[in-house]
Amino acid sequence: MGSNGTMIRKKDLTIWQKTYIPEIVKGLRLTISQMFKPKFTYNYPEERFKPAASFRGRPVLAEENGVERCVACGLCSRVCPALAIEVQASETELEKERYPIKFEINMVRCIFCGFCEEVCPEEAIIMSNEYLLVFNNQEEAVFGKDKLLTPVEKLHDRLEFLREHR
Amino acid sequence: MAKITIDGKEYEVDPKLSVIQAAAQQGIEIPHFCWHEKLSVAGNCRMCLVEIEKMPKLAIACATQVADGMVVKTMSEKVIKARQAVMEFLLINHPLDCPICDEAGECKLQDYSYKYSVGYSRFEEDKVHKPKRVELGPNVMLDVERCIMCSRCIRFSDEIAKQPVLTFTERGTHVVLTTFPGTVLDNKYSMNVIELCPVGALTSRDFRFKSRVWEMSATESVCTGCSRGCNMNIWVRNNEVLRLTPRLNEDVNSSWMCDSGRLNTFKFVNSQERLNNSLIRKEGTLVETGWDEAIAKVVSELRVFKKTEIAAIGSAYATNEDNFVFQKLMKEIVGTKNIDFVPHMIEGDEDDLLIRADKTPNSSGALQVGVKPADGGLDLKGIIKGIGEGSIKALYVLDDDIAAIPEIASVLPTLQLLIVHSSVKNHTTELADIVLSCSAYAEKHGTFTNFEGRVQRIRPAVATVEQDRALDGFAMSRWDKFASPNDRWGRPIKKDARPSWRILGAIAGAMGAKVKYTTAEDVFKEMTERIPAFKGLSYLKIGSRGTMIKTSETVSSSVQMA
Repeated sequence: MGSNGTMIRKKDLTIWQKTYIPEIVKGLRLTISQMFKPKFTYNYPEERFKPAASFRGRPVLAEENGVERCVACGLCSRVCPALAIEVQASETELEKERYPIKFEINMVRCIFCGFCEEVCPEEAIIMSNEYLLVFNNQEEAVFGKDKLLTPVEKLHDRLEFLREHR
Repeated sequence: MAKITIDGKEYEVDPKLSVIQAAAQQGIEIPHFCWHEKLSVAGNCRMCLVEIEKMPKLAIACATQVADGMVVKTMSEKVIKARQAVMEFLLINHPLDCPICDEAGECKLQDYSYKYSVGYSRFEEDKVHKPKRVELGPNVMLDVERCIMCSRCIRFSDEIAKQPVLTFTERGTHVVLTTFPGTVLDNKYSMNVIELCPVGALTSRDFRFKSRVWEMSATESVCTGCSRGCNMNIWVRNNEVLRLTPRLNEDVNSSWMCDSGRLNTFKFVNSQERLNNSLIRKEGTLVETGWDEAIAKVVSELRVFKKTEIAAIGSAYATNEDNFVFQKLMKEIVGTKNIDFVPHMIEGDEDDLLIRADKTPNSSGALQVGVKPADGGLDLKGIIKGIGEGSIKALYVLDDDIAAIPEIASVLPTLQLLIVHSSVKNHTTELADIVLSCSAYAEKHGTFTNFEGRVQRIRPAVATVEQDRALDGFAMSRWDKFASPNDRWGRPIKKDARPSWRILGAIAGAMGAKVKYTTAEDVFKEMTERIPAFKGLSYLKIGSRGTMIKTSETVSSSVQMA
């Protein structure tokens, strides 16, 4: 190390080394050997990654028999560290008595921590395996019930995983 | 005085007290469900069991009178075990309804479950099912499954509301709270059972499912429903008033509040009928203008008339501060002697508990700060007569819907100029030439004087356009604290209204007077200098409980109008 911090080469390269041929051969050997190993990359967007059940994608609301399971208790909203969830309850004739007349998740605020899923007493809010989130402005990023409701059949894997590991 | 020992410490207490009262006075909490300071002792929840030396068994602290030399243990192993057993019994048939229960967050059973219960259930059998969603009366909803049979509501209806309609039927775990056949829980104080209920069995039909308790902020204020001035909390979420609940004040309303006060005094604050900014009548319709233009218009219009042609009507709904600046502007700057206010009495609609026939919160205050005719000036009757005869041509009305009274409404169209302060569209604004939208009681600082002469403070709970919850020291919920302009819940509807004292101060300033008010407290300070009864008072001294002042006059019910 020189006084100004630059590296000083103590010994000069040999002529053989100066041709760089050995280094090129080394690199090519690695490249060629990798070509015959199994691939980890996807041809996105034609091919898509299918996450495991442990994956925390965007939170969704489970819909069962055409009705959301949610009873609008507001616990997800309270536990959310990023204050992404807004719930407004209302009364329903169904046995569950209350339902969310408004349920909005601000996907710009959401940090995918899964606390909402953990706190939910009804298994109503679930971290799905969806990770494709595109919006053009802040308003579009606020997902209402129309975007959140998902048939519970589609969330089967995640629910199984939760029951097993919780 | 009796000497008793509680948890190893000796205290001198009044021998008339029960153990639970004596302990509470010393700041020791003995958990309880059925006992309530204001109701008779029932002793049926068994939660307040304590160990008393020389007594063979644990005794209930609520029904055991203090005796000299008594030694009480509230945290001994025996007591803790008994409490855990009581909690276990109570929770056996209590549904796991907390997520959908309006009481959650202010529930005694929830709190005690954390504090005094073992934290798990041994009960594997089916819970007893009972009626849910029972409409007990027009304002109260009952969920029998949640009831823990403390009987507070029954005792309240019998002893305080004097409408004994509630009772228990059946036995054991099948006990059901119900009304007697052919009766409903429908009295003027029925909603007090909602706060009395230690669980969520009795809930408000008006507030049902509107918000979770922890999402709201609470602001100490005073009810404007009548001249009692019950102390209450204003519960606000997203800048919207959602409910009013009574606040303990032994000198005014104890722990109670009437249903009318709870339900009828806040909805207009959120209403769509609220006015924005200031409005001037142009070609027959009221058009929104800027504040400066409206104030300039008020000044130029008032100058057209002779002093004797102008009259002013203050308001018993407005604060002392508003009325004080109003009468000062009218008497000293505009120079009219014709000033009075309209009393709103409903003769007969009163009782011994809280409700007063005077349906305004501040009639004695209005009188005291000087909303009364100056020497030789016209009183209300004179003003109405003057308007009818044409000798009064201009009228300035502070926040009061005087045109709702037929007698006054019939003469108002003959006026050449009608200036009105109002927070909502009403009969009077329909007729007005200039309307200045003033803040509602929930949006400003101020004081009211109740019928006894108690000056009490109101505080802003709802922000107007010019106010900011954080910067102006409002009570804030978690949502208020963390909202950003990008959040939908961070963009509440704010009304463009100003407190009347400020509008009036601006008018006085525009008419050439020196006005030095920047806050309501400045106005109050001037009141303490100029009105003998207010001498030595300050907002700090009034505090949250109010202060009695000497009242020289009371509102005469002979001038009743509505």
